[in-house]
Amino acid sequence: MSDSGDGKGKGVNRRQFLSQTLKTACGVGLMGMGLGFYAKQAESLPAMAIRPPGALSEKDFLGACIRCGLCVRDCPYDILSLGQLGDEVATGTPYFYARTDPCEMCEDIPCVVACPTNALDHGLTNINDARMGLAVLVDQETCIAFQGLRCEVCFNVCPIRGKAISLEYEHNVRSGKHARFLPIVHSDACTGCGLCEKACILEEAAIKVFPTHLAKGELGGHYRLGWKEKEKAGKSLVTPDVEHRYNLPEGVRYDLQGKGLIVEPEGGQPMPLPSNPLDRLNRGLENQ
Amino acid sequence: MKLTRRDFVKNNAVAAAAVAAGVTLPAIQVANAATGDGVDADGIRWDKVACRFCGTGCSVLVGTKGGKMVASQGDPDAPVNKGLNCIKGYFLPKILYGADRLTQPLLRKKGGQFAKDGKFEPVSWDEAFDVMAEKWKVALKKDMEKNAGQPVDKMISSVGMFGSGQWTVWEGYAASKLMKAGFRSNNLDPNARHCMASAVGAFIRAFGIDEPMGCYDDLEHADAFVLWGANMAEMHPILWSRLTDTRLTRADCEVHVLSTYEHRCFELADNGMVFHPQSDLAIANYIANYIIQNKAYNEEFIGKHVNFTKTPTDIGYGLRPEHPLEKAAKNAAKGKLSKISFEEYAASVAPYTVEKASELSGVPAKNLERLAKLYADPNKKVSSFWTMGMNQHTRGVWMNGLVYNIHLLMGKISEPGNSPFSLTGQPSACGTAREVGTFCHRLPADLVVANPAHRKFSEQIWKLPEETLNGKVGYHAVLMHRMLKDSKLNTFWVMCNNNMQAAANLNEESYPGWRNPANFITVSDPYPTVSAMAADLILPTAMWAEKEGAYGNAERRTQFWRQQVKAPGDSRSDLWQLMEFAKRFQMEEVWPAELLDKVPEYKGKTLFDVLYVNGQVDKFPLQEVKDSQGNVYDNDEMAHFGFYPQKGLFEEYRMFNSADNIIKKGHEMAPFEAYHQARGLRWPVVDGKETLWRFREGYDPHVAKGEGVKFYGKPDGRANIITAPFEPAAESPDKEFDLWLCTGRVLEHWHSGSMTRRVPELHRAVPDAVVFMHKKDAKKRKLRDGQMAKLQTRRGELLARVETRGRNRPPEGLVFIPWFDASRLVNKLTLDATDPLSKETDYKKCAVKIIKA
Repeated sequence: MSDSGDGKGKGVNRRQFLSQTLKTACGVGLMGMGLGFYAKQAESLPAMAIRPPGALSEKDFLGACIRCGLCVRDCPYDILSLGQLGDEVATGTPYFYARTDPCEMCEDIPCVVACPTNALDHGLTNINDARMGLAVLVDQETCIAFQGLRCEVCFNVCPIRGKAISLEYEHNVRSGKHARFLPIVHSDACTGCGLCEKACILEEAAIKVFPTHLAKGELGGHYRLGWKEKEKAGKSLVTPDVEHRYNLPEGVRYDLQGKGLIVEPEGGQPMPLPSNPLDRLNRGLENQ
Repeated sequence: MKLTRRDFVKNNAVAAAAVAAGVTLPAIQVANAATGDGVDADGIRWDKVACRFCGTGCSVLVGTKGGKMVASQGDPDAPVNKGLNCIKGYFLPKILYGADRLTQPLLRKKGGQFAKDGKFEPVSWDEAFDVMAEKWKVALKKDMEKNAGQPVDKMISSVGMFGSGQWTVWEGYAASKLMKAGFRSNNLDPNARHCMASAVGAFIRAFGIDEPMGCYDDLEHADAFVLWGANMAEMHPILWSRLTDTRLTRADCEVHVLSTYEHRCFELADNGMVFHPQSDLAIANYIANYIIQNKAYNEEFIGKHVNFTKTPTDIGYGLRPEHPLEKAAKNAAKGKLSKISFEEYAASVAPYTVEKASELSGVPAKNLERLAKLYADPNKKVSSFWTMGMNQHTRGVWMNGLVYNIHLLMGKISEPGNSPFSLTGQPSACGTAREVGTFCHRLPADLVVANPAHRKFSEQIWKLPEETLNGKVGYHAVLMHRMLKDSKLNTFWVMCNNNMQAAANLNEESYPGWRNPANFITVSDPYPTVSAMAADLILPTAMWAEKEGAYGNAERRTQFWRQQVKAPGDSRSDLWQLMEFAKRFQMEEVWPAELLDKVPEYKGKTLFDVLYVNGQVDKFPLQEVKDSQGNVYDNDEMAHFGFYPQKGLFEEYRMFNSADNIIKKGHEMAPFEAYHQARGLRWPVVDGKETLWRFREGYDPHVAKGEGVKFYGKPDGRANIITAPFEPAAESPDKEFDLWLCTGRVLEHWHSGSMTRRVPELHRAVPDAVVFMHKKDAKKRKLRDGQMAKLQTRRGELLARVETRGRNRPPEGLVFIPWFDASRLVNKLTLDATDPLSKETDYKKCAVKIIKA
């Protein structure tokens, strides 16, 4: 959304939709058979068309949505379109394309409020709980952040910045002295608003919003990530370990959960013993 | 690429036919024809160019084909960026091709004549310069009458120029020469006044020589980093990537970040500190006090290399003299240092206990202590970085100095990893604005107009009679707009910047000054900027790689590039404009008879002849500009003037820093050609060797064996520790204007956005300036995210959408807004209070009210 105006073509508004549908419907009436085939095809939503916040699962949504267009009317950013005859989206149902018109995530969610049938679930009161889809960094080969360039536009524009998209820092092995700032999407927070896809500066976005079922993998039901389970539990799941002792030469320590073998630098330690007696006392008995 | 025999014959035939017909071919075709090499498989010719944007100084390779820049890549062999770019650098070629490039001069006219209230109409260069020169001649004649019989240090001038840290080195040098030697006016100031003046002031006061002692290699050698008012993550993206890498890969590396609001750097911070605006003064003094109280200071270092001094206090805020704050100031604009003892210094910082610093700043004591301990630890190498947070500060010179104090107390300076590092904002704030002397008080290579010996030396190099150069400091950037409004500055030429969008207090000073009927304003610009809109005459300008250029970055690295493509239509480079304009003046029109009598050979000549055909600037004849692969490049200025002006100007400038009898050593540069061969060289360059860390034996050729450290910018070789207290800001929030307003930039846009907003992808990424504020502050005003709010200060108002979730997280009581957006002029809000010493505007602090729009 730009205040300065992009002059871009907008989706069809409700009035246009109704008049156009009427016209087309008369034409289609003559076509008979064709329509039945078309209606079947439109039950599956194309991957890039995103339903408004709070939309029920696609099947339930199509059942509940009465094609009234009120959500389209009440969207203050005018991002929603209604599927028209001939579109891949079921006729009269609301959708948006993230690349051109993403959801601006209004705090008061006017589209949901406007929905008379709960096709857009009125239980959704916090926009951050919306799950319109899921942003996926689909192409690391063209994403310039993955090449080490300083972009991070998707991260910067994310309305739940840091939670839905975070940056992971990584040493850039190629340059040897720079870091890479890698955008990572988190499905537990991403609403699928699509602001990242719109802002992506590539010719074809490297980050795209997909319906969640297309975007997500699924870990084997048997497997848990150990470090996450430990974090969740706040402690090791299995009885704590014993204290380990090692055979070590003077000046060498072993930090089991930390750095492993620690060799005190020669010369860095001119004194034969550390000046603080506590250091030596707390080192334990392994050197005795 | 290997050409087939058939291609070769064909190209040769084309070249031959063109020569016969007297046609000039685009360089790429000539290169092909001449060598059959030098382009890649796609027919693209690659050459190196310094990035157009920030002071980092990344190198890029740009690809041209068919006379158009069609491709770019980060230069993989450049030590600064190793093939990387930021998001702006990624789009470099596109900045040349905005749909609304200006391609012909435009003059305000009514009924076929210039009229101040006329509409812009296209005119020829001849008509443009005729009208402009006529206005300048009127002003010069009036000045000459007023200056008759006056000594040079009392000379006034009503002509002025506002230049740029984005000018190429020789453009700044040529402008300096035109204004100071030609028009005998010191009313020349660069936009670097808004950006680096406080840093410069502090360098000169502490070290007697400008620019950082360290270099970017400090980023790999420090154990800890402290950011004092620098959002490096967005403003120096590639340097931040290096700093981050060190944090990731170096054991026990720490990052401390100080700012008045949380920004992207806090994501990496081990010790993030949000302080109340202006209280950085107290924090820095507390650290010095901590070091002294704990006897952690380096006694040997301060005994050998440091003097203790104090600076006058209660110095005002650089406002107009009739402003109550100026009337109340006891020592308005005073800065003369006086020597004190170590004990006096210690006593001066003693009041800054951790409790006091914490109370003034709002930063918890434990965070402040952690920072103080870091500086005080003799085994930790610390690099401090800062930019606008510290420079755009009504006590900016003091504040820069307070950080030097800390480093000097510990002796943590001038060695790998121990570096107080003033980052520059602009690509050539150092190389152009500072080094060639485009400030109203400066001459090239750190010389100043107020010093008769410096003027005399400059007059010798420039072949001017004695007493040519004006000895009175000219109008600085902020004063220029005040003087335009007061009709004391009457002709004004603005080049390579967008000051109508940048200078603070647009409504009360800038706009009335420019539109004052007594004045004639010329703006040289490639795009219709806010400044162009407010001008009387607009001159279309060749940009960046449409001319041969040189930039000097923040680590003293000078980088050259060749002209890659031609500028569109009738656009001409700033260099062409400056030199061509000089042709419009007979010496008798600019110098009084008694001065010309000292050099009768100059009589009847033009200013162009005297300044640029002096046997030095025109020393290098018309020649082919060729790269190592044999590609031949255009040089439109050389073709026009018949000599190689860039080379002549640079070599003449080099006499200021490399001649045998130079006054101030330490600025030596390599010969012109060396820079076309190298990916930048860090000065001083002595015997072909670059200098990485200055003032340190072994690293700096000016420090003799056995001296260890020598701050040779000062006569006694000692740096100054300068004590200065906390003093409040010029305008603080009150009951009505109840929030602090801080302004700045975002990663995606450069300065006023005149280039980056013409890149559709960058515009799409960040289309509008939004006001970043705390959720609670928004709620109190019944505002929510995305809603339009009205920002009001005592000077103006604008509308912007509220952002509480974005990249910047201000604390309660402060809002941040970037200034790139020409559709909402943030400088209608900002206050033109300056540091009285550096004259740099404080864009970070004024009081604002926000209501629902």
